Amino acid sequence: MAYADPPSRKSWIARNRLSIAPWLFLSPALIFFAIYVVIPIFQSLSISLYEWNGLSDAVYVGFRNYVDLWDDPKFWISLKNNVIWLVLYMLAVPLGLAVALFLNQTVPGMRFYKSMFFFPFVISQVVVGLIFGWFYNPDFGIVGAIWKSIYCEEVINIVGNVSVRCSRTPPDILGDPRFATYGIIFAGLWPQVAYCMILYLTGLNNVSSEQIEAGRLDGAKGWRMLRHVVLPQLWPATFLAVVVTVIGALRSFDMIAIMTQGGPFGSTNVLSYYMFETALSEYGFRYGYGSAIATVLFFIMLIFISFFLWQMYKEERRG
Amino acid sequence: MFHKSKAALAAFAASTILATSAFASELVINFDDLNPGPKKGFEDAVEAFKAANPDINVTVNINDREAHKTAIRNFLSADPPDVTSWYPGNRMGPFVDAGLFEPIDDLWAAEGLDKDMAAIQPTMTRNGKIWGVPYSYYQWGIYYRKDIFDKLGLDEPTTWDGLLSACGTLRDAGVTPFTIGTKFLWTAAGVFDYINLRTNGYEVHNDLTAGKIKYTDPRIVKTMENWAQMIDECGFVENHTSMSWQDAIAPFANGDAAMYVMGNFSVDGYKNAGLTNDQIDYFQFPEITPGIPMAEEAPADAFFIPSGAKNKDEARKFLAFIAQPEIQSKWNETIGQLPPNSRATVSDDKFIQEGFAVVSNAAGLAQFYDRDAPAEMAKAGMEGFQKFMVDTSTMMEVLEELDRVQAEVYK
Repeated sequence: MAYADPPSRKSWIARNRLSIAPWLFLSPALIFFAIYVVIPIFQSLSISLYEWNGLSDAVYVGFRNYVDLWDDPKFWISLKNNVIWLVLYMLAVPLGLAVALFLNQTVPGMRFYKSMFFFPFVISQVVVGLIFGWFYNPDFGIVGAIWKSIYCEEVINIVGNVSVRCSRTPPDILGDPRFATYGIIFAGLWPQVAYCMILYLTGLNNVSSEQIEAGRLDGAKGWRMLRHVVLPQLWPATFLAVVVTVIGALRSFDMIAIMTQGGPFGSTNVLSYYMFETALSEYGFRYGYGSAIATVLFFIMLIFISFFLWQMYKEERRG
Repeated sequence: MFHKSKAALAAFAASTILATSAFASELVINFDDLNPGPKKGFEDAVEAFKAANPDINVTVNINDREAHKTAIRNFLSADPPDVTSWYPGNRMGPFVDAGLFEPIDDLWAAEGLDKDMAAIQPTMTRNGKIWGVPYSYYQWGIYYRKDIFDKLGLDEPTTWDGLLSACGTLRDAGVTPFTIGTKFLWTAAGVFDYINLRTNGYEVHNDLTAGKIKYTDPRIVKTMENWAQMIDECGFVENHTSMSWQDAIAPFANGDAAMYVMGNFSVDGYKNAGLTNDQIDYFQFPEITPGIPMAEEAPADAFFIPSGAKNKDEARKFLAFIAQPEIQSKWNETIGQLPPNSRATVSDDKFIQEGFAVVSNAAGLAQFYDRDAPAEMAKAGMEGFQKFMVDTSTMMEVLEELDRVQAEVYK
């Protein structure tokens, strides 16, 4: 007989059930998001105004950490490397598309080939870094081996052991400041291309065959077909691929930590690794300075993230 | 309030655990080396301590060296053990200054360590107090392929010119004089330290790492010029920036490189790479500026009592115990290093014997660049040295950058 009760007898919860329910379900996520994401962001912003080694008392220094950053050549090297990462990592998008188009055929065993191409994304970045580190090794890596077969000859050294003598020394990709960053990015592209490929493969499944058919009747083929008929339909996949690639480039850390530790002499540092180095590594523990780097990185990411969010917002309003 | 209830809870937990051994006292020790030799040396010492003090219940936590370096910052303030291993020199500075270590001058006085460990006392001292007890140290110097030297009729060089001419002979024979792996940077600092100690002496090393003189000081420039000469006329293996110190043993073991500026811990690595005692030998880093007293690199490992330790009496007992000559003799025999206690006996291994002779006559013992200089300075310095080794023409650029870092670190 509850429905017969006058409204005034209903409890507050019962009256507001509809508006409370979503918040109730959202609250666990909101609480954890606040504790682990939102609050630390503000903590980090405030620590960046202090000089603190984690042991002694923190000293308020205003914006001095940022002034120091401005004068720090290693910061600029890191920032420059971040830009190089961003630009070159973008290659993963067209490369992923190319591989996806190539694999989008009906050939016996195609699933197997697809999974082989996807494989690098499944293995951890740390493993990818290690493997490429070996590839690049001038002494026993594949790069060194090929080089030696061209430019080097085997000789017997003074104690009678086999040694190699080269007319040109093999390139030490990770040990040479000119090549090291590109070497790491190349290694990073391998799994990233696979990721973009899988995004495009799922996108290609949804390309309407009627439109392809219609385009074909109108005489479109090859490049024009791709450009005007297929690509527009792949827009959601492209958008996603660009987003994950930008974020992947900005948070590149594991590869650098594994392959060079930022070396040789800091030439492969990026902001995230430089932050770790100053704030948390053996020679660091300048929490304030590290937080200042983190803040800069945060604002760079914020530019991209707001752009992406704005794009998505526009999409939704149109849709 | 919270702390009190936590303490009460801990006391309750402890009392239930200890119900069986009501009179035993506790001692918790954190140690930082999992390698078989050092681990055994430590564990043997702990067993001996247990046998001598059956009423003390010893708990041991052994961690990996690198992990320990990070963990110590947390456990010293959050959950301090009674004894922890750490390094003297500037490396203990942050903890001493933050009041996280306990001064133990009284223990040194009571055990007569100020006499038995007089040589190492300065590096254990900070702000006028003594903070720890060292259990081991080791010499640095030049390890070389004796068989190659013999084949070419070379003797152990004792002067800079002698070294350079030996390098010439080696190069003519197709041997790269020096091997090194600078991927992890500190190896380059060892070479810098020695050239600096030999060019300018112990005082300049200390003043530089204490931030009292600039890197562009003419004396340091002289050091770098000598180093540039060593790189030009001797030469290091190619691609050293992508090799660890262990990787750099490979050309040495293969006979492609003949010398290695290293610490004595590396002897194990040579032997594992197949070299025998007859093929390798050691000589002291040769004189550069004539007449400058020869100081040596001899980093020590030590134990400290955190100021938050719960069982300080037991901790002091342990430190006094491991300072004894007999314990130090046996421990360092196991790990192939030198006992800091001058009354301890030294193992008859030839490298230990030679090293002992060298450090005993040293004008001073340096702890190593990255322990004498503050961490941030050391990092920048070692990166600069690596850069310089790759391209010696960057010398002034490197030194000026180090001046900038120095101004920031020592303000």
